[in-house]
Amino acid sequence: MTELAAALVAFCLIVGSIFAMVGAIGLLKFNDSMTRLHAPTKVGTVGIGALLLASMIHSWAFGDGSLHEVLIMAFLFVTAPISANFIAKVNIHKGACVTPPSPSRDDTWSTLNVPEEDRELADTSQN
Amino acid sequence: MPRAFYWLMPHPLLTILLTVVWILLQNKLSAGMLVFGLILGIIIPVITQAWWPDRPNRFRMSKMISYSMVVIRDILVANVQVAIIVLTRSNESLRPAWIVIPLDLKQPEAITVLAGTITLTPGTVSADLSDEGHSLLVHVLDTDDPDAVRDEIKDRYERRLKEIFV
Repeated sequence: MTELAAALVAFCLIVGSIFAMVGAIGLLKFNDSMTRLHAPTKVGTVGIGALLLASMIHSWAFGDGSLHEVLIMAFLFVTAPISANFIAKVNIHKGACVTPPSPSRDDTWSTLNVPEEDRELADTSQN
Repeated sequence: MPRAFYWLMPHPLLTILLTVVWILLQNKLSAGMLVFGLILGIIIPVITQAWWPDRPNRFRMSKMISYSMVVIRDILVANVQVAIIVLTRSNESLRPAWIVIPLDLKQPEAITVLAGTITLTPGTVSADLSDEGHSLLVHVLDTDDPDAVRDEIKDRYERRLKEIFV
């Protein structure tokens, strides 16, 4: 039984580290800031998920058992999209990527939306 | 009676969630921890009620669970697909694209869940919301048909979310 648990833990660790490595390779390999953003989302989901699963199996098989990992997973799932969204917003704001097409129903994207009285200021700061 | 219940628990689901999180933080279940978790779960929603106006008044938990299952399955499948793209494709052969998703959802909570889902499923990152909140900007890592991606997101996620947040 303990051997099966150890094998499961090892398997989860390997899967998790493979996905973490693929995420790191993607982060280095891609040459555009927006495509580069796709790599960390992989590490954040399956990579970390498999590592936490390994930790959970290990604690239930060899220790007292722990469910903290479920909380870590939940917080990661809630916070990871927010940081990705902020990096994307910075890219759009600084013009570090291909300019996005204009929205189909409204005037502009909220990141590019500059209030009327600040237009002049925004133009000078970009040059 | 319903009025007293509403006063005591403005968000019954939030009460349950806070209690469960408290017990998970303690990492062991005992009667004392359950009671203390329930106290926190009742006090925090009452105190913070004023800062959450216009909350969605109907929320279907059973549909949310099936939605989570669909999303977790999609995350696993798409992770493998994107890992293959990262390892085998050259930068020149990638076809990244912006896609604009017109939103039928109105509630901020529902749009947040949709944007989070899009970012968590590898291959797509939600980047921005239009100034009036009627369109969502999504970046796709590699696609030959942006319209198909847009239709899939609308049909697979947004349609389900519309049933959850009624």
